[in-house]
Amino acid sequence: MSDSTNHSRRSFLKSTAIVAIFASIPTSVKAFYQDVKDFILPKKSILPIKISVNRKVHEINIDSRSTLLDVLRENLNLTGTKKGCDHGQCGACTVHIDGERALSCLTLVAMVPGKEVTTIEGLSTGDQLHPMQEAFIECDGFQCGYCTPGQIMSAVACVKEGHTNSVEEIKEFMSGNLCRCGAYNGIVESIQKVAAL
Amino acid sequence: MKPFTFNKAKNSSEALKLKISNKDFIAGGTNIVDLLKKNIAQPEGMVDVSTALSAEIKLSEKSVNIGAMVRNTALATNSDLLKNYPLATKAVLAGASPQIRNMASTAGNLLQRTRCPYFYDVTTPCNKRKKGSGCSALTGDNKMSAIVGYNDQCVAVHPSDLCISLSALDATVHGLNAKNEKFVIPFKDFHKLPENTPWLDNNLPQNALITHIEVPKNEFHKKYAYVKLRERTSYAFAMISVGAALQMEGNTIKNARLASGGVAHKPWRWYEAEEYLKGKKASEEVFKKASEIATEKVKPLAHNGYKVPMLKGAIELALQNASKL
Repeated sequence: MSDSTNHSRRSFLKSTAIVAIFASIPTSVKAFYQDVKDFILPKKSILPIKISVNRKVHEINIDSRSTLLDVLRENLNLTGTKKGCDHGQCGACTVHIDGERALSCLTLVAMVPGKEVTTIEGLSTGDQLHPMQEAFIECDGFQCGYCTPGQIMSAVACVKEGHTNSVEEIKEFMSGNLCRCGAYNGIVESIQKVAAL
Repeated sequence: MKPFTFNKAKNSSEALKLKISNKDFIAGGTNIVDLLKKNIAQPEGMVDVSTALSAEIKLSEKSVNIGAMVRNTALATNSDLLKNYPLATKAVLAGASPQIRNMASTAGNLLQRTRCPYFYDVTTPCNKRKKGSGCSALTGDNKMSAIVGYNDQCVAVHPSDLCISLSALDATVHGLNAKNEKFVIPFKDFHKLPENTPWLDNNLPQNALITHIEVPKNEFHKKYAYVKLRERTSYAFAMISVGAALQMEGNTIKNARLASGGVAHKPWRWYEAEEYLKGKKASEEVFKKASEIATEKVKPLAHNGYKVPMLKGAIELALQNASKL
């Protein structure tokens, strides 16, 4: 009986010690890891910024590394603008900055204050679609739809710039927007339709 | 992406004060943001110069000054440049996409890094990205690499279209060094060959700022051509590009300018062919001979032998197109 009591006391002490060691090691290791990380890597820089998107002003704190694309999608929940390649090669993230088409994936959001950003969500007036949106639906300007917001933003700018004099000119000035479904003919048709309005 | 501080400079002297060696300038961002994302550029801080530098194009009797912050689209559509320097506007329109041209700055265009695939693939050696690590393209896939002026340390090519035209038109690069003193570098000496420092693309002094590009007034605005051959019709870097400009009296060539992209670590001038063309009567035979003189000394690598006949054809075509204008 006494043997069994000793045994359980010992095992209680042993297991308590083990639990205590396991509980303490990860914290100190974690703290040490954080110290090393802080020593090697600079701390992230948080900036308070004020940006205007679709005529609405947003005041947010952002990491200096944030791109406009990530802030639109992750902070402002404007997920219409798509992330395709994230390296400026596909055009899926095209938005308008001060009325001109630009790639939001290559734009640091810290450079946007003082400018007006328009996304696909800001193109329609209430439930009334923009003529280019209507045209894309009527002319089958898309299949899967992933590149479509970027295509439409680029197409609106293409018409505004006046680069719609021939199919070749439209294709040249839409070359920054890739469509892997190959809806190009429908896209060109949509642009011609709006340009003729 | 490594964390970095962010500061916006109000003017050029503030920009120079903010910039210390481990910080980078950002203007249009079309190249540097990509390099940040891939951890190829790891600056401690970014200095935004987009409102600190001139975005003006000023035409004078002697030359034109193009401000460092003139966006590519503004350059390509400027009426003074269209009239007096159409080779430059044509070259700009041959590059990138409308979105990128709306963002990209003139100075940034000069400073953009090579598009050699190994420079962007951080898992492979690249002397340009990591000093002394080796050149993967030399014995690897060098389909897009140089055919002239390279060495075994780097076979990368310069990617800009605008710079080919600026090189042909004998532009000069104006800037401010770290001490806020003015400097001028002739375009032919701005970009460099790999030499023993392949990680450096140009001879811009450390921590210096480009303020504007000056292009002297010339008689090359009437007969010019920019031929760019690439893997697809638009929105791709050049396999071969040729900027040609002729100054003619009747059918006689008084002066010629011939420069190429996609062939070397810097915009490449074909001086010997230019010299040959001087005083000749324009004809298909003369243009063919000029293309042969230009390509005489090029040395293609294992996978880019195709560039030699392509370059010959592009030079002939550019000269023919220029002479017919």
